[in-house]
Amino acid sequence: MSVLSQIADVVAVACLLAGAFLCLTAGVGLVRFPDVLSRMHAGTKPQVLGILLVMVGGAIRLQGLAAAWMLLLVGAFQLLTAPVSAHMISRVAYRRRHVRRDLLLVDELRDAETGDGHRGDEPAEGPTQPS
Amino acid sequence: MIVAEAIAHALLAGGALLALVRLARGPSLLDRVVATDTLLVIISASLAVHAALNRDPTVVPVLVVVSLLAFVGSVSIARYVGGMLLRSTAEESEDRR
Repeated sequence: MSVLSQIADVVAVACLLAGAFLCLTAGVGLVRFPDVLSRMHAGTKPQVLGILLVMVGGAIRLQGLAAAWMLLLVGAFQLLTAPVSAHMISRVAYRRRHVRRDLLLVDELRDAETGDGHRGDEPAEGPTQPS
Repeated sequence: MIVAEAIAHALLAGGALLALVRLARGPSLLDRVVATDTLLVIISASLAVHAALNRDPTVVPVLVVVSLLAFVGSVSIARYVGGMLLRSTAEESEDRR
């Protein structure tokens, strides 16, 4: 056990503990926050930073190129898919009035929603010409 | 190393329990979707912590599957709720007429 591998172990365990702590903060935020959008804000912390920290720690500890590539794949996939799912969930939440509007500081969609009744899930389902 | 493993798994278990509380109490379906997404991420993080601290790379392919599953599940439930929304607005407009 050389000094270098001990330093690598310490860095890896620090990354793993930081990722685990972010998972705990996500749970606390999910329980305490008032509506869907702020709960999503809390739940996205381990989805991006937490999972990246855990993957870095795992790649340092596992010391194999195959495992490191697979962990890199998981991290890249999380980075790609977290914005997509968050976008879809928040759009549906806003339209189903699950958002506390009195807590919003800026509500840019307020006028757009009440206009022509365009509430479809797809852009192509909107009105064909502006009414 | 044993102490680090105990602390990491305690933090992850606390986060998973609080996500389960939100999953049980959540007033709407979308709260439960967000809680399920977070719960799956916490599960994959705890699998990765187990793999890293025991130097055991056999569970690493499971991580890819779990992260794929979280994405597909949340997006499909969001689409489903959006379809319910379209149907309900169509019924409302018919009632108005």
